[in-house]
Amino acid sequence: MTGPPPLPPPIAGEGAPRRRSGRDVVPQEGQRDGAEDGVSLHAASTLSGSVVPLSRPALTRGPPAPAEGGGSAPDRWADARLAARLLTADPHGFGGVVLRAPAGPVRERWLDVLRAALPPETPWRRLPPGIGDDSLLGGLDLAATLATGRPVARAGLLAQADGGLIVVPMAERLAPGIASRLAAALDTGTASERSARFGLVLLDEGEADEAVAETLADRLAFRIDLRGLGVADAEGTVPDPEPASDAAEPDPVGSLCALAEAFGVASLRGPILAARVARAFAGAGPVGQAAITAAARLVLAPRATRLPAPAEAAPETAQPPPDDSPEDRPADAADPDADPAAGDASEDIVLEAVRAAIPPHLLDQLLSGQPRLAAAKAGRVGQAASSRTGRPVGSRRGDPRRDRLDLLATLRAAAPWQALRRCGEETRRIVVRRDDLRIRILKQRTETTTVFCVDASGSAALERLAEAKGAVELLLAEAYVRRDRVALVAFRGAGAELVLPPTRSLTRAKRGLSGLPGGGGTPLASGIDAAVAVALGVRRGGSRPAIVLLTDGRANVARSGEGGRARAGADALQAARTLRDAGLPALVVDTGSRGEEARQVAEAMGARYLKLPRVEAGQLSAAVRAAL
Amino acid sequence: MPTFPFSAIVGQDEMRQALLIAAVDPAVGGVLVFGDRGTGKSTAIRALAALLPPMRAVVGCPYNCDPDSPAESCPHCASMPGARRRSEKKSVPVVDLPLGATEDRVVGTLDLERALGAGVKAFEPGLLARANRGFLYIDEVNLLEDHLVDLLLDVAASGVNTVEREGLSLRHPARFVLVGSGNPEEGELRPQLLDRFGLACEVVTPKDIPTRIAVVRARDAYERDPEGFCAARAGEERKIQKRILLARERLPSVTVPDAALERAAQLCLALGTDGLRGELTLMRTARALAALDGDAAVTDDHLRRIAPASLRHRLRRNPLDESGSTARVERALAEIFA
Repeated sequence: MTGPPPLPPPIAGEGAPRRRSGRDVVPQEGQRDGAEDGVSLHAASTLSGSVVPLSRPALTRGPPAPAEGGGSAPDRWADARLAARLLTADPHGFGGVVLRAPAGPVRERWLDVLRAALPPETPWRRLPPGIGDDSLLGGLDLAATLATGRPVARAGLLAQADGGLIVVPMAERLAPGIASRLAAALDTGTASERSARFGLVLLDEGEADEAVAETLADRLAFRIDLRGLGVADAEGTVPDPEPASDAAEPDPVGSLCALAEAFGVASLRGPILAARVARAFAGAGPVGQAAITAAARLVLAPRATRLPAPAEAAPETAQPPPDDSPEDRPADAADPDADPAAGDASEDIVLEAVRAAIPPHLLDQLLSGQPRLAAAKAGRVGQAASSRTGRPVGSRRGDPRRDRLDLLATLRAAAPWQALRRCGEETRRIVVRRDDLRIRILKQRTETTTVFCVDASGSAALERLAEAKGAVELLLAEAYVRRDRVALVAFRGAGAELVLPPTRSLTRAKRGLSGLPGGGGTPLASGIDAAVAVALGVRRGGSRPAIVLLTDGRANVARSGEGGRARAGADALQAARTLRDAGLPALVVDTGSRGEEARQVAEAMGARYLKLPRVEAGQLSAAVRAAL
Repeated sequence: MPTFPFSAIVGQDEMRQALLIAAVDPAVGGVLVFGDRGTGKSTAIRALAALLPPMRAVVGCPYNCDPDSPAESCPHCASMPGARRRSEKKSVPVVDLPLGATEDRVVGTLDLERALGAGVKAFEPGLLARANRGFLYIDEVNLLEDHLVDLLLDVAASGVNTVEREGLSLRHPARFVLVGSGNPEEGELRPQLLDRFGLACEVVTPKDIPTRIAVVRARDAYERDPEGFCAARAGEERKIQKRILLARERLPSVTVPDAALERAAQLCLALGTDGLRGELTLMRTARALAALDGDAAVTDDHLRRIAPASLRHRLRRNPLDESGSTARVERALAEIFA
């Protein structure tokens, strides 16, 4: 293999080929408002002729829909199509794509585009949820084996998909075991010694608190977010950009590394995959600016964890112009004085283009400094619900390739029929049919996740906050033994915040706790709402939630964020009733020295009530253990 | 496509050193690699296995026994007279143990095909059998279920897998280098288990741009022309291979002077490690390191270089202590070797 196969031609039937509009280089007017500060102007001027920003093709379309992902709707669709086209060229090389979109016509349309771009006869498989190892990796064909009395092997789904794509529905709920098998097969290109060089299409329908396991997502080049796109946006009337005759960049790998660094892409798979994409984009031609931009938009932007500091105008102009004779420079020499961190002008153009492709919700998260819940829960969903471990509590009819065979029960089930089955041609001593197979039912101890909901309002709360922190840390230290998890929601000022997503990790907990601020009003209703949301997520994940609310009950901020005790109190009681309706076990620790508000909230919740005006961390953790 | 060469891995010196030591002396008890994603953990392990010379194995033996000295516990070779054993060349196996693997698959189980098809009670070897004389790699070992980790560590320490299930009762050799990796942010390994890994390394994504570029560039060059890339490094690879083989030969003759033992004991005492496993591993790994270096005896320098990886996961820790264990080991080293 000397390089990626050439790209298939742009998808047919979508209007006459047009010149590329330059949109992936220069942010269009009105596409991003106020986020940049004149850098793009500078960037546009340095382009000077290499790429001519054409106006958008005059197509009959309404004003762009309010963008949810990065860039305008047509841009996002065009990027998604580009990703599809690139992916079909080398499914295994790029690993695949995480497609974040609700089920619906837009997602189907994208999958159609992808499928149409694949050469005919390319394998296209769908991963059934809860697939067993034998079906996935290959193994015994049970029905045929039993019927013939000799082992009949069959290829697993991964090997069947060799050279093609595997579509994984509901990838956000993929069992960790399957995710890690897929990751291992991606790394090695084999499954059970058969070639399995496939790409993955992970359909992510997750809500805010669910995401695809990062172990798997990290190995896939593309991440597409089609949320918020309408059918009209996805009509494919936007032409594919033709690979422009790019001037070769002196050091594409260096540029991509610098970009990855600028956007806080820590894993090195980011720039490695981006380099692969840039090369595929350029096809037979040299890797130039457009290829780097495309790779950065498609691969690096969705992985961004931070925004680069806005470039300052002065040092930029002071930079020497980029070396304009790339031929002089050996392409692969590590050349220390070409330090890409210094940032030459071409890089800024790319930087801007990538910036435009970053989904704004990511920006919001970064700006508000909130923890990313999705990252915290990645890959953990459904683990506790697995029935593969635990103690046996009986047996039932089932497929022994998925669960453990109960041999005795199987033979017992087959025994009465032996005389009947042995007549005729049958020579086997024992004849077992599929219906006889029995598997063990295993029961697993479910772990508990304690969600602490802490009142961080007012100056006095600071002290309580310290106590709550102490209690969380103590419980966490015990979690070593009990394998339980804790989470922490704090509420103050205008709303609630998830400080510590459900975790068993001391590292993460310490970091989350040390940065917890206090002060402001008491939005009790929002706090309870947030705790309920976390607890329900925990329950969906198969673990058992419990809520511990630490408050004096004196709510003074309503759900709407407005002040006023009466309204806030009513909201809080309503939130408490929601909690009771959800059937979540709860404990209210009243930290106030007077008043009955906390008791009322506890009653509305159907929760246990504990009055502890002066809480010690040790006392609190003991109380929690006793109460839940 | 050839495997990415070991010598082309940029940085991650501690991890590479630990893997080399484990390759020289598998008895050090496994390597734990904790850290970020995409830092080349699995690449390094596969590369190391590919670099090792092919081993001779008995044809048909599911446990890859060495034809000259088959494991005593091998049910396949024990019954066979030496003259009848034919041998073949096999590459050193790297077996991936996926998260969520069932105990059956790991340990081995009743051969369902033969039990149901022919009514024969036969053993179907599991992943442990396949890993014999090679590497067993577990990504996200911290998320593996505890009973499996217990089992793996037990087998790794004894070198024998004992199967007592479904009416089967047998033992077979399972000597492998256990390599576990994971990200502590996603959950931690129980301290009891941590302690049983021989070496623990911390890997981080390189933060400086030149290193990052070097990594991506190497990968890029490899992808563009795998054969050419590997051919260009064949010399380097042979050098490392030779170093490992020589070190294996030299290992039994490397001496550990009393002074070094005393140092090791002082170090473990200062750090308050539980039990004697710290000293034992420190001694063993220092000896393997000396063998790799071509030295005849363990010196302070070897101890100093290997102490962080041998000891950092054995410290009794206060869950709320901020200073990392690496820093504590470094501090103790600075005091003792002052």
